[in-house]
Amino acid sequence: MIEYAVELEGVSFSYDGETVLNDISMRVEKGDFLAIIGPNGGGKSTLLKIMMGILKPEKGEVRLFGKEPGRNGPSIGYVPQETGRNLDFPITVMDVVLMGVLHKRNIFRRYNAALRAKAQEALKRVKMESLSGRKISELSGGERQRVLIARALCGDPDILMLDEPTASIDFSGQWEIFELLEELNRKMTVIVVSHDMSMVMGFAKHAAYVNRSVVMHTIDAHTRYQIKRQLGGHEGHYCGAEFWHDMGKKIECNEECRHA
Amino acid sequence: MLEALQMPFFLHALIAGVLIAVAIGLIGPLTMANRMTFMSGGIAHATYGGVGAAIFFGFSVLVGAAAAAIVAAAIISFIAYRHAHRADTAIGIVWAVGMAAGVIFSDLTPGYNVDLMSFLFGSILAVSVTDLWIMAAFDLIALAVVWFYYYDFTALSFDPVFAKLQGVKTQLLHFLLLGLVAMTVVLSMRLVGLIMVIALLTMPSFSSERFSNSLGRMMLLSMALSTIYIVAGLFLAYMYDLSSGASVIIVAAFGTIALFLIESMKIKGFSR
Repeated sequence: MIEYAVELEGVSFSYDGETVLNDISMRVEKGDFLAIIGPNGGGKSTLLKIMMGILKPEKGEVRLFGKEPGRNGPSIGYVPQETGRNLDFPITVMDVVLMGVLHKRNIFRRYNAALRAKAQEALKRVKMESLSGRKISELSGGERQRVLIARALCGDPDILMLDEPTASIDFSGQWEIFELLEELNRKMTVIVVSHDMSMVMGFAKHAAYVNRSVVMHTIDAHTRYQIKRQLGGHEGHYCGAEFWHDMGKKIECNEECRHA
Repeated sequence: MLEALQMPFFLHALIAGVLIAVAIGLIGPLTMANRMTFMSGGIAHATYGGVGAAIFFGFSVLVGAAAAAIVAAAIISFIAYRHAHRADTAIGIVWAVGMAAGVIFSDLTPGYNVDLMSFLFGSILAVSVTDLWIMAAFDLIALAVVWFYYYDFTALSFDPVFAKLQGVKTQLLHFLLLGLVAMTVVLSMRLVGLIMVIALLTMPSFSSERFSNSLGRMMLLSMALSTIYIVAGLFLAYMYDLSSGASVIIVAAFGTIALFLIESMKIKGFSR
């Protein structure tokens, strides 16, 4: 039997009377790497927040690993969209990552040594352990995103949910983030809202196109391998037109590709 | 200048200044990080309604002001949470209506009471020994609350959505914080004045943010700066017979600008 990480049935949602999501039903398998794509205002972030239980749907049902999303369900690693809202706030990388285990503090609401060790471990997984004492505002966009991923990992999540993690990062930074997500996907389900078609096609196993309704696409291993190779040949800027142009070129399938 | 210290009223004002600086140092950074300056302004002005009511009905000004401030904080916190997109409108209404109520009450009070001005702009003559004890008690309460909820407040300030997902009671903390702002406003009204205290909540925090890597450090620095500004402002007020609140704010403004220039030059120095 297939186990599902997320199941939506007949879900609808609107803001101030305007329908954002209309009667959506979809399933995400455990271990999937799903990208949520679509136009601005099409409901991508809303869909992600409904899956997490931050927003309650007006109609329909949401199940996360078979249970209603909420406090006592499985642990979600959430990486919010970076808005730069409080970038100047004085906080170190370590203290940001520790937010991932806020609910595990002792009765004095303090972090113990074990939780700190855990946060350090999470930083190691995203290769940021050497910067744990830095102020968050001193990091680059890509580094900050890694810290937010470490914060999500710190709570031992069953599923990782990211809202546009690469929105303001350069090409090589995006590539590194998606490579990290691919590696993390070996152990957990990953759902990522993204604008970046080339990254999505190169790394995600499924893509859900959201614009009030949802259309699911499968991106097979072969396609992913080919696109990754095309992307790998590009340093720096890689625009949409170039991407689709390159898509037309046939790449020979070698041994490595067949085992991808 | 030192003969001022021989006067009990000036000594009281100085002690009150240091006690207020502790509260301001704790609450100011949280107000700024959570973008509550306008909300604090609303609370401060609405508090004037309570002062007017207290003078008209003849009960304790402190009680009247505290009641009005807490009610204003509750209304603003509720609206900011439930109807975030119209929060600034609601704050503006609370702001003006509270102020208007205060003016009407003072109009209706027989024999114009000059004392009302001192609540708006502060007066070094206004602080009593009882006030000092109340301020000290409030400092201890504020310290305890901020210590206990330190990481919760940090999380709320940095990333409220994530904090909520982690089970932090963000709505409660939001109200708690505005309640602390309300009490800080009420307790500083004698010395700094209801309106001036808003500037004091923001200026030291603005400077200290740039020199800190944690909320705790930002609070300590804000306390130190507030102490310097308030003490210097009080001496200025005493020497030239000025309103204490206005003197404190002007000193703080000069200090803030100086620190900002020093910091900017430092950054330039690095990049060279």
